[in-house]
Order: sequence, then structure tokens, then C-alpha cells
Amino acid sequence: MSALKLKKGSTSHSAYNLRPTFSDVVEKHTLAVLVENEPGVLARVIGLFSGRGYNIESLTVAEVDHQGHLSRITIVTTGTPQVIEQIKAQLGRIVSVHEVHDLTVEGPSVERELAMFKVSGKGDKRVEALRLADIFRANVVDSTLETFVFEITGAPEKIDAFADLMRPLGLTEVARTGVAALPRGD
Amino acid sequence: MTRQMTGAKMVVQALIDQGVDTVFGYPGGAVLPIYDEVFQQNSIKHILVRHEQGAVHAAEGYARATGKPGVCLVTSGPGATNAVTGLTDALMDSIPIIVLTGQVPTFMIGSDAFQEADTVGITRPCTKHNWLVKETDKLSEVMHEAFHVATSGRPGPVLIDIPKDVQFATGSYHAPKPSTSHYQPQVKGEMEAITELVAALETAKRPIFYTGGGVINSGPGASQLLRELVEATGFPITSTLMGLGCYPASGDKWLGMLGMHGLYEANMAMHDCDLMINIGARFDDRITGRIDAFSPKSKKAHIDIDPSSINKVIKADIPIVGDVGHVLEDILKVWKSRGRKTNSEAVAKWWRQIEEWKQVDCLKFKQEGKVIKPQYALARLEALTKDHDRYICTEVGQHQMWAAQYLGFEDPNRWMTSGGLGTMGYGFPASIGVQMGHPDALVINVAGEASWLMNMQELGTAMQFNLPVKQFILNNERLGMVRQWQELLHGERYSHSWSESLPDFVKLAEAFGAKGIICSDPADLDDAIMEMINHDGPVLFDCLVEKHENCFPMIPSGKAHNEMLLGEAETQGVIDAKGSVLV
Repeated sequence: MSALKLKKGSTSHSAYNLRPTFSDVVEKHTLAVLVENEPGVLARVIGLFSGRGYNIESLTVAEVDHQGHLSRITIVTTGTPQVIEQIKAQLGRIVSVHEVHDLTVEGPSVERELAMFKVSGKGDKRVEALRLADIFRANVVDSTLETFVFEITGAPEKIDAFADLMRPLGLTEVARTGVAALPRGD
Repeated sequence: MTRQMTGAKMVVQALIDQGVDTVFGYPGGAVLPIYDEVFQQNSIKHILVRHEQGAVHAAEGYARATGKPGVCLVTSGPGATNAVTGLTDALMDSIPIIVLTGQVPTFMIGSDAFQEADTVGITRPCTKHNWLVKETDKLSEVMHEAFHVATSGRPGPVLIDIPKDVQFATGSYHAPKPSTSHYQPQVKGEMEAITELVAALETAKRPIFYTGGGVINSGPGASQLLRELVEATGFPITSTLMGLGCYPASGDKWLGMLGMHGLYEANMAMHDCDLMINIGARFDDRITGRIDAFSPKSKKAHIDIDPSSINKVIKADIPIVGDVGHVLEDILKVWKSRGRKTNSEAVAKWWRQIEEWKQVDCLKFKQEGKVIKPQYALARLEALTKDHDRYICTEVGQHQMWAAQYLGFEDPNRWMTSGGLGTMGYGFPASIGVQMGHPDALVINVAGEASWLMNMQELGTAMQFNLPVKQFILNNERLGMVRQWQELLHGERYSHSWSESLPDFVKLAEAFGAKGIICSDPADLDDAIMEMINHDGPVLFDCLVEKHENCFPMIPSGKAHNEMLLGEAETQGVIDAKGSVLV
């Protein structure tokens, strides 16, 4: 199973491993896409996903290199190994795309997401929400007599778990940024 | 070197510096400054089309016949939206074209101004890349980059949207320089995989070359290398619709086109081979038929410059990303250095099997009676024109498949047809573009009457620029391929698939000042074709043919290569419910 050596996006674990096994198992992958920071580039990426029927679980985008004019798009997507390989190859041929990395297969990586939760309640529920927030290391960033706004950062699973706990305690609004991710080490 | 000039002048200067000699276009409010510059120069010839779709197809025809990128110039709004079909066609067939569109001035963008459309938004999915240029200073670099992107890697259409105020404003013009773009697709194949392929070539018992448009796009050198490889190994070769001409039809290793309407021997060989060498083709659904029954016993090598083509449809055992020409050169080098080995005994046996399949003579037909068979018309056209310096375009449908079956192509860049998108109305404007690239050649558009009518307005263009394109219309008064599918699939209910109120094509030609010829008797056909060839000017040839002829061989939807239909007797109930949802 040798990966092809390609300039764009190729690493020792190339994003273009061209010999996938055709399997039906749907996997979740986190892709980091470095793109030219120019008008319409996000539309190109999103248009590719909608036009070819791929899934987007979450997507974040921001400029990461002002001098180099580069933005980083982090996409969490799902699909069979064949579809994931297609997504990477299709992303790679967008002219504005510089690099495509599949953080799920290119070795260990860290994923973080920021979320804000508004919880409204009185009495015991309010106290319990505050106690659980402390356990989850969520910060209170705003408070009224009847509401808290918590800020929590962590892996998506941790945020899901926190949401599950807050729901019976009066969760009224959620805002999540989507996943940002980086590979570990060099 | 930078010079100060207006954006409009930059456009013309960049085209000149990129070696463009022909532009197909149509003026309008938002491109008037550029047209003013076009007026004041003599380096670039502008061909005024009659519809923007025609401009794009003409540019495609020009690009495919010359190997140079085609250029279009159209206005904003409707000019741009009319170009969309051509852009999609060029994207599907990987044809390098540059479309320049005017846009309302930058300060009016988003205001629903007159003839405003979100051109870059609309064309984003149907171009390889596109740009909206908001500063005159950036215009020349974008122009040069556009040529680089359109022609590098897998070629394709690009579009530059230029607001009118950017055209009027003055800025710095930069001459083209070697590209500093990050977009530099890999052209050399990985040696490890190439060596693996060579090893497979050496031992293959039933090999076949399956070639496609990528060979043509890689340039004439790639076709030469392919011919060398085919002759040296002695392996059979078939090609997709897009690749016709990469290997000569008169060559003794040639099996003819493969696929849905491909030749029996080509499809059978694909099904039974043990080594398939895909060179610049993409396992299109017209080729593969039923995926899970596609060439079940073969090891598959796939050479493609676009990584996304590999493993998209069919799993490649030996994937090679690279330009066909470069990869073929390396294959030949490695194969020769390892002693030019093949399993000649097994290959000879394979050829005996192929010869047996050839005996089926799947393209045979009988010309009887007083009605011209379409196959006969094309066989005669082939016989009477094959020795000419000839270029063939087609529209889309039965006539297109018959042209691919009955005409022989000896060289690349001689065959212009809408393969991926299947655009009716492609052939006539394409033939105009081809004739512009090759003024002295015999350019024939094999058409159906329905397809031809879709861009018939271009007869005005052919007349104005004295382009002697021959429109060879196989007129069955039907949408023949639609009719065929309705017969096979929809209980012979011919819903809206006949052409009523057809024009008198001879009078139509004469109305434009062109020559019209009508022929309905097989006995008159040769003379009529000669009359068409010998006329110095555009000809509309109305060839009245058998109305209910079906195109065979045919792999029905949802069937495998070895389940081909060879003739009328086999057509009852062949497509099951699952196959009927396929197109």
C-alpha cells in the first residue's frame, strides 16, 4: 500500500493514498485545508461538498497567515474510505487550495471546539448547573439573576456531554464554533 | 516590464502576449471598452458569433483542433449566462478555454443593475477556476494566470469577470513571466508504480490498452509515444469517444471504440482481459456499464493527471498520477531497459480470441431499397473524405455514435465531439472554431437535424467570415437516440421525440446565402457528397435517412460489457427496472 508522492498536500502519510479498500463502513475524518485567502474560496469548498453530495459535520474557517494570504478551513466530514479519498482529491484540485491534510490518518492530532451555553433556571437547578460547569471547567462569562452563559472549550465529545447535562437544568441556547484541529508533534 | 494602460487595453495586450490570434465573441454594454480596443488593433481576429453559447463551443472546437487554448469575449448578465453550457461542456471534456466576461462597474455590483448577474457565482461549479478582477493593477497578472491554469494539469475552462470601471481605469501592465503560481500539477509519474506496471506488461496474457481524451490533451507527442508502445508490445488498443485518433484507426492493433455503443470486439476484450491499462480515460459510466460486472478478471492500471479520477469509479490496482506523455515516456524507457519482454505466446492466443470476436462484424448493415441508411451515409462520407485534410465535429445523439463507429481517425485533434456533457448544438459552432484554426482543411459537422437546429443561428457567422464548414445532417425527423430509448424502455410511446415543422434546409441555407443540398436516394449520395466537398463555402447537406434505425451495438443500462445487443432481434425487455432509472 504505497502512497503516491504528490507535491500538494503530500506528507509522509500522504493525503492522497490512492489505494483505498472499497468498504461500506462510514468513518468520520477531520480535514485541514489550507487555502488562498481570496473572495469566494469558501464558496468553492462548500460548493464542492454540496455539488458532489458529501457531508459536512462541522466547518470552521479563518485567516491563519496574513502575510502568506492563507486561510485554514477545518472540516469534519463522514463517508466511506472511498468517499473520503475522493473528497481529499477533489479538494486538492481546487486551484485556490494549497494543501489538504487528513488529520484522522496522518498521525495523532488534537481537536478543540469552543461552545457557549445559556442556561436559565432558579434555585437548586441553578446551583447544580454552576457545580457541573465547574467540574467541566466551563467558565461563566455572563450572568443575570435567572441565567448563566457558560463558555466551554474541549473535544466535541466533551461539549456534547456537557450539553446533555445542561439540558434538564434549563439549557435554552447553544452556540458552537465547530472543530479546530492541529496535528501533534512536528 | 510594466507599462501604464487602461484595463481594456491590458486585456488585448495580454491576449497578444499569450499568443492568441482568434477570439470568439459578442459585444454588449459591459465590454464596450474592450471592444473599442479590439477595434483599434490588427493582431487578433475577432469572430462575431450569433449567440454566446456558439462563441464558447467555437472556442472549444478551436482549442481541440489546434491544441491552443480558445478565447471568448462576452458581455455581462445574459452574455455570461449564455456561456454557461459551453463552460460546463469544456469542464466535462477538459478543454482549455478562457472566457472573458464584462461586468457592471464595481460600485454597482450587488445592486441588481441592468445586465448584472453573479457571474463568478454562477460559473464557479462549471469552471476550473474563475476570477472577479476589482483592480486594474491586478488585471494583467490574472490574465496570465488564467492561461496557466486553463492549460496546466488537467485542462479546463476558466473565466475572468471584468467590471466596466476596471476596463476604463488605468493601471500597470505586467508582461507574462514564468508562472510563480502555487498551482503546479505533477506531470511525472511515480517510478515505483511505473515499474510495477512494466512488470505487469511483461507477464500479461490478455492485455488491453484503454485510452481516452487524456492522450489527446497531453499533446501530439503523447499519441506518438502511445503508438510506439502499442507497436512494440503488440497489445490490442481500444479508446473512448474522447480519445479517437490517438491511435490510427487503420492500425492493426486497433479494436475500435468501446463503451455503450462501442464495438463488440472492444467490449468483449475489455471484459475478458487480465491487464487493463487505462491511459487518460476516466471510467465514465458510458464505458463501464454495470460497475460490479466491469472487467471482473483484470488487474487495472490507471494513468491520469487528475488524482480525483483515480479510484473515483473503479479501484485501480496500479495508480499512476501524471501527464500521459511523461508517463508513457518513462514506461517505454523502463520496459526497454528491462529487455522489451512480453508474454508473446499468450498474447498471440489472445489475438486469436479477438479475431474470433471480430468475425461477428458488429457494424455490418444492409443498404437496401430507396431509403438511405444512416450507416451507409457515413460509410460513403468516410470513403469520399478520408484522404482529405479532414476534421470532423458532431452534435449529440445517434449520428454521433455512428460517426464514431464508421469514420476512421488517423491522428489526434481531428475529432471534436461533446463527450461528457452531451451537448446538442455543440457541433456547428465547434466546426466554425475548427475552420478558424485550419482555414484550408475540410471541416465537416456530422449532425442530426434536431441538434443542428439548436445553434443554427451560427450559419450567419459561417457566412460572414466565409468559413466553408460542411454541415452533414442525417435527417430522420426524429430525436433518434431518445426515440431508440423510448422504444427499448418506454413501451414504444414516442413522447415528443419527433421533429415536426422542420424547415426546408435547402431554403434555409439559401436564406443565409449558403448552399443547400438535399439527398434522399442512395444512388445519388456519392455525387451529392462530392458536390458538398467541392463547394467553396458553407454547405447545409440535408441527408434524408431511414427514420427508425437504431444504433447498435448497445450495452443496455445496467448491463455488463458481455451483454451487448447486436441488433433489433435482441431488444425486447432487455432493460430491467433497475437499469431503467439509469440514463
